[in-house]
Amino acid sequence: MKNRALFLYAFTYLAFLYVPVLVLPVFSFNNSEFIAFPLSGFTTRWYASLAADTAMQHALGNSLKVGLVTALLSTLLGLTAAKAVTHYRLKGAGAALGFISLPLFIPDIVLGISLLLLLGALGLPLSLAAVVLGHMLVCVPFSLTVLIARFEGFDRNLEEASADLGENGWMTFWRVTFPVMLPGIIASLLLTFITSFDEFLVAYFLSGTEATLPIYIWGQLRFPERLPTVLALGAIILTVSVGLVILAEYVRNLGVKKPMVGA
Amino acid sequence: MSFLSISQVSKSFGGPPVVDRVSLDVPRGEFFSLLGPSGCGKTTLLRMIAGFEAPDSGTIAIDGEVMNAVAPHQRPTNMVFQSYAIFPHLNVFDNIAYGLRKLKLPKDALRARIEAMLSTVRLEGLGNRAADQLSGGQRQRVALARALVREPKILLLDEPLGALDKRLREAMQLELRALQRKVGITFVLVTHDQEEALSLSDRVAVMEKGVILQVASPRDLYDRPSSRAVADFIGEINFFHATVRELSDETATINAGLLGVLTLPRANLAPGIKSDDHILLAIRPEHVGFAAPNFAGQSVTGEIAAATFLGERSHFHVRINGRSDPVAVSGNAPPVGPVHLVFPPEKLMGLPVSRDA
Repeated sequence: MKNRALFLYAFTYLAFLYVPVLVLPVFSFNNSEFIAFPLSGFTTRWYASLAADTAMQHALGNSLKVGLVTALLSTLLGLTAAKAVTHYRLKGAGAALGFISLPLFIPDIVLGISLLLLLGALGLPLSLAAVVLGHMLVCVPFSLTVLIARFEGFDRNLEEASADLGENGWMTFWRVTFPVMLPGIIASLLLTFITSFDEFLVAYFLSGTEATLPIYIWGQLRFPERLPTVLALGAIILTVSVGLVILAEYVRNLGVKKPMVGA
Repeated sequence: MSFLSISQVSKSFGGPPVVDRVSLDVPRGEFFSLLGPSGCGKTTLLRMIAGFEAPDSGTIAIDGEVMNAVAPHQRPTNMVFQSYAIFPHLNVFDNIAYGLRKLKLPKDALRARIEAMLSTVRLEGLGNRAADQLSGGQRQRVALARALVREPKILLLDEPLGALDKRLREAMQLELRALQRKVGITFVLVTHDQEEALSLSDRVAVMEKGVILQVASPRDLYDRPSSRAVADFIGEINFFHATVRELSDETATINAGLLGVLTLPRANLAPGIKSDDHILLAIRPEHVGFAAPNFAGQSVTGEIAAATFLGERSHFHVRINGRSDPVAVSGNAPPVGPVHLVFPPEKLMGLPVSRDA
C-alpha cells in the first residue's frame, strides 16, 4: 500500500513537471490555429513557416552571437578566478567569491533595470554588446561553480611534475592544466551558452532595436495566428536546450577520477 | 665541492624554521636518504633541491653550479612524487615522453628511447595503457621512468613506496636499489620508514625538527648512533643512566648503576664525552644475552614480563629490580623462572644525555 502511494506521488510529481512542457511539442504538430483539445490532425506546416521567417532567423542569429561571446568570456573569467581561488591561499577569497556569485540572487528584472540606468548614465547605447555584458553577470557564477568543482579534484602535483619535466608555466598550462580541465571548460561553455540563449529579461532591457530570440517570441505572442509557429520554435529550442544540458553534464563527469585500481 | 652540496640552508613558512641551517654533501652516484618523522623538514628540503621551494638562506649547488636562482624547469633534477602525479590525460608512452619534447627527437629515436626505458622499469608492452588503468606498482614505475628518461643528474624520490602495500613495497625496494646501481644516477630519497632507508641507502641523514641529527651509513647509524634521538628512531634500544668514572686511551670505566661497574672500549663512547659526565648507556635487544646456568661473570637478575614468539628468535620484556621500564631482549629459549641478563661491554654504547632526554 505504502509503495503504491509513493508511486502515485512520484507520478503526479513528474506529470506536474513535464506535462506543461510536453504541451509545446504536441500542439506544434497540431493542424489548427487554435490551441485547444481535441487535436485536429498532424501537420509540419508550422515548422515549414519557420524556414521562411527571416525576422526569426535574424533574431536567432543575434541570440547565437550573444550566446557564443557570453559563453567564451564568462568561461575565461570563470577559469582564471577558479584557478586563483583553488590554487593560492588568497586573502579575501571567500568574500570575492561571494561578490562574484551575488548576481545569482539578484532578480533579473532588478539587474536589467539597473544596467539600463547605468548605460543611460554613462551615455552608452543599447546594443547586443550591452546584452553580452549583462549576461556575463549572470553567467560567470555558473561558470565559476562548475570550474571550481573541477579544480578541486585537480592534483597540484601535476603542474609541479610538468615544471620538473622541463616545461615553463605557459607550456604547463597548455600541456597539463588545460587538457585535464577540458571537460569542465566544455561544460561551462555549454551551460553559459544555454543560460544566455534562454535569458529574456536582461536582454529585453538592454538589446535596443536588435531582438534576441526570446524577445522575438515575446513580440510574436501579440498575434494569435502566429502562436502555432511560436510553439514549433519553442519545441525546437526545448529539444536543443535539453540536449545541450545533458551533453554538458555528461562531459562534466568525463575523466572524473575513478578510484585507483588496487595494487 | 661535492656533487650535491647543501650549505647552511634554512626555510620557514612564517613560523619556526622547518629546515634549520642544514648542510649536506652527497657524492655523485650515491643512494642517499633523508629519514625522519613527518614534519621534520625532509620533504621541504627535497622540494628545495627540486626548486619548488626557495631557501630563506644558504645555498644549494649541483655539480658545482649554485641552483638558488634556477627555476624548477631548468634544474638538472627530476622527481618522483609521492602521489606519482601521472598525467591522467596521457597514456604511459606519452607520460614518459612528456619531458623529452625539447630534445626534438625523430619519431624512431623517441620510440626507441621510451621502449628502452619501459623495459628498464619492466613495463614492456604497456606503452598504450591509459593512466587510469594502471595498478599502484605500475604507476610508481611510470613515475620513475618519466623522471629517469631525462637522465637527470639527481633523481629525487618523495616517499615513493608509501602508497604501496607491504609486500609490493618490499619487492620495489629491491628493484629500486638494483635500478639505482644500473643507471648510476645519484638518488636522494625521502622516507619516514627507517627500514626502507636502511635497506636502500648508501648513507642516511636522520632529521628531526628541521635539523640533521646524524649522517652515516646504515650500519653505523645502527651500531654507532650519535645521540639518543637517533638510537631511538632507528630500531629498538634500551637505555641506562650511567656516569663516567675514568677514561683512558683504550677503555672507559663506567658506573652503570644497576648493571654494576663496567669497562668498555673507549671507541664505544660518543665523541665529546668527558670524565665524570652523566651519560646514557644504550644496547640493542639482540645484544643482551641470557646467562647460562653456570655463567660466572656479571649478570642482572630479572623476570620475564612478556614474550612474543617471532620464529627464529623471540622477543621478551624483562623486568629488573630498581627500574620501571622493562628491558627489551631478543634471543632464544630462555630458562624457566628468573633469568640472568648479560650486557656485553663491547656492545654497550655511551651517548650524551641530550637536551630533550
